[in-house]
Amino acid sequence: MLDKVKKLIEYYEEVLSMPHRQEIARELRNEEDLFLLLLYSEMIGIPNPVYYYTLELYPYMIEKFHDWHLRMGMEKSPLTGIRCC
Amino acid sequence: MNGILLALIGLVVYALGFRFYSKYVAQKIFRLDPNYVTPAHRYKDGVDYVPTNKFVLWGHHFTSVAGAAPILGPAIAVYWGWLPAVLWVVLGTVFAAGVHDFGTLVLSVRNKGQSVGTLAHKLVGQRAKILFLFIILILVLMVNAVFAWVISNLFVSYPSSVIPVFIQIPLAIWIGYAVYKRSKKMLLPSLAALVVMYVTAVIASRVDFLQIDLVAYMGGADADGLFGLGARNSAFLIWIVILMIYVYIASTLPVWKLLQPRDFINSHQLVVGLLILYLGLVFTNPEVAAPAFNSNATDVSWFPLLFITIACGAISGFHGLVSSGTSSKQLDKETDARFVGYGGAVGEGILALISIIAVVTLFSGTDAFSAVYSSFGEASASGLGNFVEGAAVLAQGLAIPSDIAATIVSVIVVSFAATTLDTSVRLMRYIIAELGVEYKVPTLTKTHVATSIAVVSSAILVVLPEGGGRGFGAGGYLLWPLFGTSNQLLAGISLLLISIWLKRQGRNYAVTLIPMIFLMFMTLWAMFQQVVFQWSWFGSDSNMLLFVLGAIIFVFAVWIVLTAFQALSGRITPPVDEDKKDVG
Repeated sequence: MLDKVKKLIEYYEEVLSMPHRQEIARELRNEEDLFLLLLYSEMIGIPNPVYYYTLELYPYMIEKFHDWHLRMGMEKSPLTGIRCC
Repeated sequence: MNGILLALIGLVVYALGFRFYSKYVAQKIFRLDPNYVTPAHRYKDGVDYVPTNKFVLWGHHFTSVAGAAPILGPAIAVYWGWLPAVLWVVLGTVFAAGVHDFGTLVLSVRNKGQSVGTLAHKLVGQRAKILFLFIILILVLMVNAVFAWVISNLFVSYPSSVIPVFIQIPLAIWIGYAVYKRSKKMLLPSLAALVVMYVTAVIASRVDFLQIDLVAYMGGADADGLFGLGARNSAFLIWIVILMIYVYIASTLPVWKLLQPRDFINSHQLVVGLLILYLGLVFTNPEVAAPAFNSNATDVSWFPLLFITIACGAISGFHGLVSSGTSSKQLDKETDARFVGYGGAVGEGILALISIIAVVTLFSGTDAFSAVYSSFGEASASGLGNFVEGAAVLAQGLAIPSDIAATIVSVIVVSFAATTLDTSVRLMRYIIAELGVEYKVPTLTKTHVATSIAVVSSAILVVLPEGGGRGFGAGGYLLWPLFGTSNQLLAGISLLLISIWLKRQGRNYAVTLIPMIFLMFMTLWAMFQQVVFQWSWFGSDSNMLLFVLGAIIFVFAVWIVLTAFQALSGRITPPVDEDKKDVG
């Protein structure tokens, strides 16, 4: 019985937190996008003094970058420097 | 007729509808495929597209679509007797709303989770999309006006509900802060907020100075009030101004600050409201003494007006926006669509059913009923008040004193209405901005310009119709049929889109076409009657504002019917694009 009540409360909590989770995820994604821009701004012509070092992150970022350009409505990578697909 | 029996009959029909009809539609018409890769999986991004458990998704879907409208419509429509209202609510839910909500969900899932507006463009063409935008614009304008009227009226009639409603605002801001900035769980804070609200409601019901009774402050109902308008009118006007200032601020804030946390609290209120009403019904075991058919209702015929008086609760186009806007992007398996879509409509039907029962069990006999529901105008103006009274009587079965129950019920209704108002002013702001982009008027895209236009036009609409010399507050109900009509038109377009899609798939599209034809026919007829015989310059209740609005909606409706025939007869070919294979 107690288990069932617990399950019910968990279910209720999940229903409540659905839009909340979405909003948090959206905020996080926007921050990530900004971070990406900061790292690779050189590729779109904004001078970036630490570009040489940020390039080291390239292997870790490549999948996220792929998701990003798909989300932005570009089927292929817009940057010749990053060849993800 | 016994109240419990009436509820049972309704619930059994819903259960049968869900068990058999929705199964038939799911298997034979929509042919749901458990292996189909839904948009939630295909475009999974952790934000908009997230595969979600069907029970959780249903809960979210239901709390998004249920609100004050399925309460108000039935409370007015029982004017023609309870039987027509119950029949329309029950059969409408099973054969129209269920298929509509379910269908828009499936249509959207089969088309990348796109919204009905985008699908209108893809299936019919640019014209349909513009038509769609305008219908939504009119719908949200009506929603703003009607719900502002509902809230002001309840504040004037139940002054004890003012403080509990306003205390919800700082509580919601606190929850928003606690949950988003400190990432706490939201169940406990929102339950605590609910308790604070209800405790305030209990105290305010018994302590006079906590009741913000503007009419009494101005010296009673017979006093002159502001500008010699009379105390009740002035009170109504003041509440409208306060509300409009509030929605201006609320709709320009980020959603997480006020709107979302208020939704958390309101989800509890929906559960509390349904529990109070159904348990109260079981414990009080009331008789339905009101007439099944009201033979005194001769001023306005139930046919066809009933079908636009009850919109939400029987069928509502707004649900299609939720189905195709958010739920379709989170559906885990395609076969879940039946539970979420059809189940959501049934949930709304259950709310509308208990609203009818709460109102009709209030009266001790036909005479008592006829005294309150003396004319359609009277029914519309006092319907909501009757629901609050009736619900309070049911709540007495749970040993809640009726004055406290009335306060709590009106707090619940006002909270629903306020959230709807908030959302729809926000929506109107977006649409105005979108039209600004479309027609290259950059000023319209500015937040404060768009919000001002939305707020001012809604305020004008709610204050202008005067309701046959009975003052401002009495006139708002005139807008209700217009709200119903625009809502039904939206449902009509969605059903049309599903029919076109089914036809192009070579399937039997009668299940969506028949409700669509029925709906459009009733809506057109009702609008024609009202526009020509009531609101035109030679009509019985001449009113230019309503005439113009009604005429615009009427023209839209005719337009939709013509487009429907063209599209269904195959004279419109779908616009060619890379998504064509998904659509046709």
